[in-house]
Amino acid sequence: MQNTTAPAASRSEAVKKYKKTSQFGETMKRMSRNKAAVLGLIILVLLVLMSVFADFIYDYDTVVVKQNMAERLQWPSAAHPLGTDEFGRDLLARIVHGSRTSLLLSFAAVAVSLATGGFLGAIAGYYGKWLDNLIMRLMDIILAMPMTLFAMVIVAALGPSTINLVIALSISQIPTFARVVRGAVLTVKDSEYIEAARAIGQKDLSIIASHVLPNCMAPIIVQTTLRIAATITSTASLSFLGLGVTPPTPEWGGLLSSGRTFIRDSSYLTLFPGIAIMITILSLNLLGDGLRDALDPRLR
Amino acid sequence: MSENKSKYSIDIENLVVEYRTEYGVVQALNGLDLKIEHGKTLGLVGETGAGKTTTGLSILKLIPDPPGVIVSGTIKLDGEDLMEKSEKEMGSIRGKEISMIFQDPMTALNPVMTVEEQIAESIELHEQVSKAESIEKARAMLELVGIPGERGKEYPHQFSGGMKQRVVIAIALACNPALLIADEPTTALDVTIQAQVLEMMKNLKEKYNTSMLMITHDLGIVAEICDSVSIIYAGQIVEHGNLEDIFENTRHPYTEGLFNSLPNLKDRKAKLKPIKGLMPDPSNLPKGCAFCPRCDYAMEICETQKPEKVYRNGEHYVRCHLYSKENIQEGRLETR
Amino acid sequence: MSEEKDILLDVRGLKKYFNTKRGLLHAVDDVTFTIERGKTLGVVGESGCGKSTTGRAILHLLEPTAGEVLFEGKDICKMSKEEIRGMRKDMQIIFQDPFSSLDPRRTISEIIGEPLKINGIIKDKDARLERVLELMETVGLAERLVNTYPHELDGGRRQRIGIARALAVNPKFIVCDEPVSALDVSIQAQILNLMKELQEKMGLTYMFITHDLSVVNHFSDDIAVMYLGKLIEKAPAEELFEHPTHPYTQALLSAIPVPDIHHKRERILLKGEITSPINPKPVCRFANRCVHATDRCREAEPQLKEISPGHFVSCFLVDDQ
Repeated sequence: MQNTTAPAASRSEAVKKYKKTSQFGETMKRMSRNKAAVLGLIILVLLVLMSVFADFIYDYDTVVVKQNMAERLQWPSAAHPLGTDEFGRDLLARIVHGSRTSLLLSFAAVAVSLATGGFLGAIAGYYGKWLDNLIMRLMDIILAMPMTLFAMVIVAALGPSTINLVIALSISQIPTFARVVRGAVLTVKDSEYIEAARAIGQKDLSIIASHVLPNCMAPIIVQTTLRIAATITSTASLSFLGLGVTPPTPEWGGLLSSGRTFIRDSSYLTLFPGIAIMITILSLNLLGDGLRDALDPRLR
Repeated sequence: MSENKSKYSIDIENLVVEYRTEYGVVQALNGLDLKIEHGKTLGLVGETGAGKTTTGLSILKLIPDPPGVIVSGTIKLDGEDLMEKSEKEMGSIRGKEISMIFQDPMTALNPVMTVEEQIAESIELHEQVSKAESIEKARAMLELVGIPGERGKEYPHQFSGGMKQRVVIAIALACNPALLIADEPTTALDVTIQAQVLEMMKNLKEKYNTSMLMITHDLGIVAEICDSVSIIYAGQIVEHGNLEDIFENTRHPYTEGLFNSLPNLKDRKAKLKPIKGLMPDPSNLPKGCAFCPRCDYAMEICETQKPEKVYRNGEHYVRCHLYSKENIQEGRLETR
Repeated sequence: MSEEKDILLDVRGLKKYFNTKRGLLHAVDDVTFTIERGKTLGVVGESGCGKSTTGRAILHLLEPTAGEVLFEGKDICKMSKEEIRGMRKDMQIIFQDPFSSLDPRRTISEIIGEPLKINGIIKDKDARLERVLELMETVGLAERLVNTYPHELDGGRRQRIGIARALAVNPKFIVCDEPVSALDVSIQAQILNLMKELQEKMGLTYMFITHDLSVVNHFSDDIAVMYLGKLIEKAPAEELFEHPTHPYTQALLSAIPVPDIHHKRERILLKGEITSPINPKPVCRFANRCVHATDRCREAEPQLKEISPGHFVSCFLVDDQ
């Protein structure tokens, strides 16, 4: 391949021409071509906006928590588009406010378990041997405890509060992330390009962060979207046991479980919160898939 | 083996094979001609992407469909056109009349079956013998390829690479096929093991009078085991002849390029003369001669017209605009 | 009269053993050789002989079990982790597989520029890109490929990326682990020519590991032959091909298929199978396959002896002469 020798001037022009824009910008651009992912993103953004501005949409004290027994258990109507619950409260209002708690809880819990479990899984997979053994046995211990029991212990010890709920939910999910990340790291770490990174003098943690983990993105993203969905439904069981969010604070999982009692005559009480959860999970999955594809250079 | 109906064990004429994918049509074979006489070995020489493996798979009608399609052409096995055979008929031909050996011995064997069971499987399928008899025959095949019969009870992972390849050859020859297609059978093996396996193949070939299609990129192997050579480029044979024709009377610039790319054992210091550029994209082949963009001798006509066959003698022909009936007796290449 | 040789790499008694369930695997056993600056040592042998392990042990990508590796007089084996990392600027490696040795998530410019970034040689992004473009030109990669990903390119181009990456830090010594084995014949020739050109231009020293004897003859000044972890013969390339002394070397050379129809093939076929490298007995490891083996060969281990200037052989038959 013969290239004519380029003098310094034209090389700096070449530099300007080929200089890459930010990684983030490029990923966003690629993802925008995936219509499903864009839809997911839009829905998610709307949900987040809804939760942020919930107070402006429905006043908390007067509409969401104030009981109005005269209007209890009404099917959807013009006044109450999604009906009312057993205390006469507007269901739509409770769902809108509930998004705040549900999204916050699930995102926070999954973020914590992803960061902690991911880190532990990565070093367990990369270094192997006794460290791997130690970390994985620790994970086994956590897995051995049912999540509900765990939550009960935490609440009993630390008292019922949202933060403690997040702690309970996140700790119980750390092993899942640890396993997924460890598995992904194991498949990647013996690749020759990892050896090449060591050969040019890169430090281990830097290799894990810049070479290993980016190549494990696909399973991590998938697991994250699944876990957010699972967390929302887990809080339902916890709320049922009174360990979740304390009433009257609305929360989707809680709405689901309290609606169960009335499911025969007022099925809408479980249907609508269920749909809200479903829409959230769907948008997360679409976004997650789009992100995973956008990050994989082989699918350009 | 019954009386031969035709002069040729295998006779392929004008074979066109395409892979129709969503990204476009890949023209894998573009009018391929190939003939092997009974008991002889033809070396099919070319590089990655030229269509060698596709040729082998086409003969056995094992091209994955979709996306592969055998568009046109005839493939005659001892005079009978395989294109007209049904899938059921092909089933009885594969393994019995035509056998194939693949490149990678590591993955060609079933890891959960013993070695003798795998050889016996082929025998049971095609010949009317009992299971016990087929195992006995399998053991005899093992001895034939230089492995003690008792080792038949072992599993593939207990064998080395060279031995695995011998087992693969034993399976291929178990039913005494008329044609053996060997797709780079020794590429994955060490040089000394390769030597052993090639010696063994030569002996077996002579003993059974099997015709062989030896697909390879190694001209050294060709010189050792083949009777004639076909050089394949971009899905077509660009030069064909016997050993002397190809090695001593090279005509096509690509063949010359292949020889020049090899390190010369006699002159260490000589700089290698690689062929410039890359093999053309088979979904976007050049209009005229496929080799034109890389050819040192390219002329204007090469860009627009595909060259026809020009014969130098009964067997040796070349597809190149450099040659005509008049001038082909003298070579026109600079280095050979 | 001794010439003042400029020895870049001096390997003494290098050993690399692996602990396996079945015992101690002697991958590299007591290997000793030197390489002069600007020269190429070809290391040949078949699978399992330990040549790749030797290369990696020298670069300290694998921790040697014993022995000394003196690079410009300093023993790498005695250095701290930090010091070794500093040495990486001087010693590099080109890998065999152009498909798996490049991070699929990085663009070419990121791959080639990474050594410069990691070692803090060029910190400014723009300056780094400029150097990357320079390197791409040196190895013959078109400028427009700078932001492409490895999977978009063919094997030959990917191998050029690997070479550019190894050259980025201006190393003195490069271990080439079967750099052309995965490539087509015509591409092999292109890459080999490039590597030779670079050696002349930049004064590089190569350790060229391969199983392809015709390639190694063309490319090396000296050739070392390995068998089951042991260095059994070393000689200048021409000398090795003209006077192969060790029976294994002779068999190896006779096994190469020669693309010449008039070549008289006197093939020495080895009998039997290769012995296990696990817990090997202290005897000649080639004895069980050697046609000339005597009782002595099955009782003791031969040592490397110089039979003519620069020509070393490890064999009892040679001792007796």
